[in-house]
Amino acid sequence: MCQDCGCSITETEHHHHHEHQNVHDNPQLNDSKTIEVITKILDKNDQEAGHNRSHFDNHNVLAINLMSSPGSGKTSLLEAIADQESFKFGVIEGDLETSRDADRIIAKGIPAYQIQTGTACHLDAFMVHKGLHAMPLEEIDVCFIENVGNLVCPASYDVGSHLNVVLVSVPEGDDKIEKYPVMFRKADLILITKTDLLPYFDFDVESAKAAARKLKPNVDIIEVSTKQSDTIKKVINWIEFKRSLRD
Amino acid sequence: MHEYSIVQALLEQCQTHAQANDATKITEVTVKIGAQSGVELHLFEVAFDTFKEKTICDEANLIIEHQPLLIYCNDCAQEYTLEKPEYVCPECQSLYIKVVDGEDMYLMRLEME
Repeated sequence: MCQDCGCSITETEHHHHHEHQNVHDNPQLNDSKTIEVITKILDKNDQEAGHNRSHFDNHNVLAINLMSSPGSGKTSLLEAIADQESFKFGVIEGDLETSRDADRIIAKGIPAYQIQTGTACHLDAFMVHKGLHAMPLEEIDVCFIENVGNLVCPASYDVGSHLNVVLVSVPEGDDKIEKYPVMFRKADLILITKTDLLPYFDFDVESAKAAARKLKPNVDIIEVSTKQSDTIKKVINWIEFKRSLRD
Repeated sequence: MHEYSIVQALLEQCQTHAQANDATKITEVTVKIGAQSGVELHLFEVAFDTFKEKTICDEANLIIEHQPLLIYCNDCAQEYTLEKPEYVCPECQSLYIKVVDGEDMYLMRLEME
C-alpha cells in the first residue's frame, strides 16, 4: 500500500534470503552465527522504483529519466520540445539547489515539480515518488525526470522510469562516453547535443558513436541542436514511437 | 559520492536482519560489488567506516568481494570474464550475450552475535 497516496499498488513480496541457522529454532545458540542474505543493496529503492513504474503505467504515462553532466542541455531540450506540437508532458526536476529549471519549464506552460536534493548527487525512487504525486498524470502522456547533473551517481539508481536518455554535449568532448561507461551503458537513447558547435570543437561524432556501441551495441543515438528544429523533431518521433509500443 | 547513500541503505538492511535474528551486534558484513556497478571501492569503505559508528555494525568488519564483469555468450554457450566494459564475446565477437554478474551490488552475508 502506498503510504503517501493511499493507492492500492501493493509492494511485490521479496523472499530472497534464506537463513542457514535460525535463532528461534535454536534458543540455546548465543554465540556468533552467519546468515547468507544475497540481497541487492539498493533493494528498497528498486521496490519503490517498481511502485513508481506501476503508477505511470496505470495512467498510461511514459516516464523518461534524463541524465547528463551539468550544462549538457537537458532543460533546453525540454524547452525545445515544448515549442513543438507533440505529446503532452510534465517534468520532475532534480537539482541540489534552486527551482530555476522548474521555473523555466513552467514558463513554457508545462507542469513541473522541483525536487531540491540538498547534498544528494542523484535522484532516488523515493524522491521521484513525491514528485509524481505532484504531477497531473491524468493530463499528460510523458513524464520527464530531469536528474541531477552528474554522470556518475544517477546511474546506480532506478527511479521508476521506462527509458533512460543520456545527453553528451559537443563542448564536453567525445571521450566522456568511454570515461563514464556505467552511465552510458544504461542509456536507451544517447543524444549528442549542441551539434551547432561542432565546427569549433574537436568532437569526433563517429568515434563517440563507436564508443557508445561498445558499451551498448543496440543503443539509439541522435545528434541534436536546439537551433535546428528538425533534430528536436527526431527526438519527439523517437519518443512517439516508444509510446506507440506501449499503448 | 553516492557511495554514502548506498552505505546508508546497507546499514538499514543490516539493522533489519539483526533484529529478525535477535542479534545484539554484527561482527562481519560481506558485500559483492560489481566492476561496472558504478561504485568506487575506496569511497565505499570510507563511507562504511564513517557511518557504521553507533549502529548495529559499529564493530563490524567489512569484506568486499570484487565481482568482475561476467557474461554468457549464447553462441559459444560459455561464460567469459570481460576485462574492459566492451559488451561483446571476447572469443567469437558475438553480440548475442547476456550479463551474468558485475553490474550490481549485493549484501551477501552477515556474521552476528
